[in-house]
Amino acid sequence: MPESSRNELTRRLRQYLDADNVIVDQESQRPYECDALTIYCDLPLLVALPETTAQVQQVLRVCHQLNVPLVARGAGTGLCGGAMPHPQGVLLALTKLDRIVNIDPLARTARVQPGVSNLAISEAVAAHGLYYGPDPSSQVACSIGGNVAENSGGVHCLKYGLTVHNILSLDILTVAGEALTIGSQGLDSPGYDLMALFTGSEGLLGIVTEITVRLLPLPEVAQVVMAGFESVDAAGDAVGAVISGGIIPAGLEMMDRLAIQAAEDFAQAGYPRDAAAILLCEVDGTREEVDQHVSQVANLFNSMGASSLTISQDEAHRSLLWKGRKSAFPAVGRLAPDYYCMDGTIPRGQVSFVLNEIHQMSEHYDLRVANVFHAGDGNLHPLILFDASDPNDVRKAEEFGSRILKLAVQVGGCITGEHGVGVEKLRLMPSQFSAEELLQLEDIKHAFDPALNLNPGKGVPILKRCQEYRALPARHQHE
Amino acid sequence: MSEEPKPAGLDDSKAIVTSLMQAREEARPVYITAGGSKRHIAGRDCDSDTLDVSLHRGIVDYQPQELVITARAGTPLTELIAALQEHNQMLPFEPPLFGGKATLGGTLACNLSGPARPFRGSIRDAVLGVQLINGKCELLNFGGKVMKNVAGYDVSRLQAGALGTLGVISEISLKLLPQPEKTLSLRYEMTAGDAIECMNRRAGEPKPLSGAFWLNGDLTLRLSGAASAVESTAAQWGGDILDAADNTWENLRDMTLPYFANDEPLWRFSVNPAATLSTATDSSLIDWGGAQRWLRGEYPLQELQQAAASAGGHVTLFRGGDRAAEVRSPLSGTEQHLQQQLKRAFDPDGILNPGRLYSWL
Ligand SMILES: Cc1cc2nc3c(=O)[nH]c(=O)nc-3n(C[C@H](O)[C@H](O)[C@H](O)COP(=O)(O)OP(=O)(O)OC[C@H]3O[C@@H](n4cnc5c(N)ncnc54)[C@H](O)[C@@H]3O)c2cc1C
Repeated sequence: MPESSRNELTRRLRQYLDADNVIVDQESQRPYECDALTIYCDLPLLVALPETTAQVQQVLRVCHQLNVPLVARGAGTGLCGGAMPHPQGVLLALTKLDRIVNIDPLARTARVQPGVSNLAISEAVAAHGLYYGPDPSSQVACSIGGNVAENSGGVHCLKYGLTVHNILSLDILTVAGEALTIGSQGLDSPGYDLMALFTGSEGLLGIVTEITVRLLPLPEVAQVVMAGFESVDAAGDAVGAVISGGIIPAGLEMMDRLAIQAAEDFAQAGYPRDAAAILLCEVDGTREEVDQHVSQVANLFNSMGASSLTISQDEAHRSLLWKGRKSAFPAVGRLAPDYYCMDGTIPRGQVSFVLNEIHQMSEHYDLRVANVFHAGDGNLHPLILFDASDPNDVRKAEEFGSRILKLAVQVGGCITGEHGVGVEKLRLMPSQFSAEELLQLEDIKHAFDPALNLNPGKGVPILKRCQEYRALPARHQHE
Repeated sequence: MSEEPKPAGLDDSKAIVTSLMQAREEARPVYITAGGSKRHIAGRDCDSDTLDVSLHRGIVDYQPQELVITARAGTPLTELIAALQEHNQMLPFEPPLFGGKATLGGTLACNLSGPARPFRGSIRDAVLGVQLINGKCELLNFGGKVMKNVAGYDVSRLQAGALGTLGVISEISLKLLPQPEKTLSLRYEMTAGDAIECMNRRAGEPKPLSGAFWLNGDLTLRLSGAASAVESTAAQWGGDILDAADNTWENLRDMTLPYFANDEPLWRFSVNPAATLSTATDSSLIDWGGAQRWLRGEYPLQELQQAAASAGGHVTLFRGGDRAAEVRSPLSGTEQHLQQQLKRAFDPDGILNPGRLYSWL
């Protein structure tokens, strides 16, 4: 885009936004160049920071009129390059829309703006004995708008569901800036279930400007049973035993040796350093129920060969046991200059097999890998340690990662359980979908965004066919 | 894994694709049917030739250890439930069985779930993946058999409530739950207004509530879960304990309560669970902890639709009445346009159940 167009765009946006909220100079744009997957970065034409929904609408209208690409951004904690700016487009940062609009304790809902952080919702409703279920490990920072766009999960999604199960209604702005509300205050809506379609759509179908979330009653009691195992296989088998044993834990997480040691150094949570793997199993409910389930789970772990067993004694102890898990990514991050977090999901019964394969790949590529993941859901997070300043390391890490995800598909799983496709996994989409399936996804995209201006080059590959559409090819190739 | 798959039934998908291709060539829309239990409910009447998918049935894969089942769309729910029963598992959404005629595909297409829906989720919530045949006669797979999958748009859950207008659903994978150790129901005499307040308050407590409905001056609450939790909650909440042999919940689920035995038009409201509905009468039935309400009688759609909108939701003429007219709340112009675009993305020639959801879709 020529400089004159940038000037025109800036001028138009500054009619609606404070001059400070339209960032043009490159130095001030730097903080927006990437999300938490820092190997993919770029600078946008400009960054827009609207403070109201009306301003968001104006930004959309201007971009629509000038046919300019637009990339939404929440807190930038995404792990797939989903919020990476487009060099010819506007980066729309929604962090200033951070108001909790309304809390309805009786109906157990809250209406919030997209920039509100995940944890802030639970904190705001705690006084009513309620909380918001999905709890990504990034919950202190990540925005609820980003959660909707990625259909984020968390430790407690095993029992309480993903974002898609915990939201009731969305206010949306279409690419042309038209407003609509989808979903309802009830449990379904007339016509097609656009809530399902928008959740996890990675900012490709529209901009979310308000979210009505469903709230859950805070459990009476929650307790964690932590078990160490001498082999990854034994821990994997224990996961299957819990799930088929008739208990749905609130969370069931696994960490392997490297992750345990890193987390223990970081959080001093009392993890058994000598274990090959640990499981953290949380059960919640009424006092009686938790007592019953804690002893059932503890017995099960013992019978599956646990080498150590710890049961949380009080809330402080429970938080400490989780602190190690929730800080595992940054803790592992201290072991190497960089880490690359993968996100495949596999059938739970394949956990041991896949972990062993990953271990062998790790030797092959000579890159260390730590595993921290949502074992109860079969959602793996291998963290590949590498050095981003070494091009050979980057190449190896990417190849290693791709192989893990292809393996996940081979054993009946998928390339991403919760982090999204973004720019990162775009080229892996054909390993999960046929050409017809990809074209169907592309047709959905066209239904909402015919000019393909929303987050171009992400989420869903746009195949050859689209070269019929004007001005596309260049805009869709990030490579 | 541990279990041998069940006898496979019949994979009739090739024949379905062939019939659909023929229909497409002849520009002859089809009405998709299997058990036929929902022909005259949930949507508008459809006069297209029928495409019968009832032969396409059977459990394809059941892994009790994974809490996942995959079955063909024409499989009767009773067959699924019997297989799950052997492993002490269940469909979380407690679907209506309609005398054994209800099939898995029809249940997803109509997004039908029973009294447990607010507490354990709907069929839409339980779906992990679908195989479907779109209007271009392509057999496509979306989602999968794993608990979490965010690659591509969620085409699987999009089928819930689409009434077959986006594709012929071929196979469905669902998330399951273990059966609760104990179930117990409590009854209280109270007015509808008090019942709505009470249902919502109870649902906000961390207790194993799994059903809450009101009819004819009685609120009934159901508890399911660990025996210890169910018993202690029942002791705290009081009320009259229902006889274990009482089958009210099954009758509510299957719409076989005397309340439903009637030819009057039957309206379904899906609203804010705590809202007061201006059209409520003494003969309303309140289910889903307040979020689903039934009303019988002749009313203009527009009047009910306004009442539903003020209660934060929408209304459907579920059964009876004029089924050639629109049967559900209208959409805004913007949304209507998007829904039409979406329909075109799946079914460019409009051969799948045209007019079943809305006259314009
Ligand atoms: C340490 C760490 C731990 C993590 N743990 C988890 C975890 O446990 N579970 C999990 O699921 N994820 C996890 N993540 C990933 C990340 O936090 C989630 O994907 C989160 O939902 C992203 O939210 P965000 O606000 O940062 O979004 P961003 O990264 O800013 O954006 C993500 C995507 O959403 C789009 N988007 C943002 N806002 C909107 C909007 N209002 N309308 C439309 N589109 C929008 C963007 O275009 C982009 O495609 C983790 C990340 C880190 C760094």
